[in-house]
Amino acid sequence: MSSWSEFIHMGGYAFYVWTSYGLAMVVLVANVIAPWRARKQVVRMLHRRVRREETK
Amino acid sequence: MWTFIHRLASPKHFYHLAGRMIPWFAWGCALLMVAGLIGGLWFAPPDYQQGDGFRIIYVHVPAAWMSLFIYAVMAGASAVGIIWKIKMADIIAACSAPIGASFTFLALVTGSLWGKPMWGTYWVWDARLTSELILLFLYLGYMGLQAAIEDRQNAARASAVLALVGVINLPIIHYSVVWWNTLHQGATVSVFGKDDIATSMLIPLLLMGLAFTLFYATIVLMRARTAVLEQERRSQWVRELIKSL
Repeated sequence: MSSWSEFIHMGGYAFYVWTSYGLAMVVLVANVIAPWRARKQVVRMLHRRVRREETK
Repeated sequence: MWTFIHRLASPKHFYHLAGRMIPWFAWGCALLMVAGLIGGLWFAPPDYQQGDGFRIIYVHVPAAWMSLFIYAVMAGASAVGIIWKIKMADIIAACSAPIGASFTFLALVTGSLWGKPMWGTYWVWDARLTSELILLFLYLGYMGLQAAIEDRQNAARASAVLALVGVINLPIIHYSVVWWNTLHQGATVSVFGKDDIATSMLIPLLLMGLAFTLFYATIVLMRARTAVLEQERRSQWVRELIKSL
């Protein structure tokens, strides 16, 4: 690559190349967010459990 | 060595060890991926036949590698779980499935986006594409079984059997381009023998492959840690940990 416009244009394959990389990004980000949220949820659930049992 | 493996099989030790390893894997993944992307999208020369369209390789091939690698890990962990009844192995297998499924999906979709400009079609029912699609169904079937069976041990056993039967598909995918006449091109990188690619194109591919592997390691450990907390919720150390969080 020698210029930004060449980079964006991808020799005429811009649609296919950038859609591929966009989808890859979506898949990676989704893979990070899912376990993050699952952990938050589980920790919150366990927190409630522990508190409930201690007040008993 | 054996004491190390024993400790690893203990959920408590696994939880803490994984917690220490995750940041290293995550940073390694990020650095390698940035380097691989810059190398692949900017510095690698255009292909003499496919021009800049070949750059899809840097997401397509690592995703396809991971779809096979994660399945192999999943099946291996399933076997260990069945034979030695190690809970941690069942957890690793179960936590691998959604990651593997997502990479299989990515490999199929980016392959489709690569096929259109090069072959003139998004999809053909040839050996490589069809066997990779079957791999996606194996992952989804595994996840369906896990979700459908209430009892955790039964779920682990049933899905492990499915995972092990499905292993037969891995060599079929790998050799499909050799055994059958297919539109899909042959292997670009091979462990034994000469690679069919220029060095400036190869290095970013290897960087991306390594980055994806570290990505899987990071995510599977994150998932497994949460699964450990959930399964060990009655034990003293989890209760104390939860209180301190």
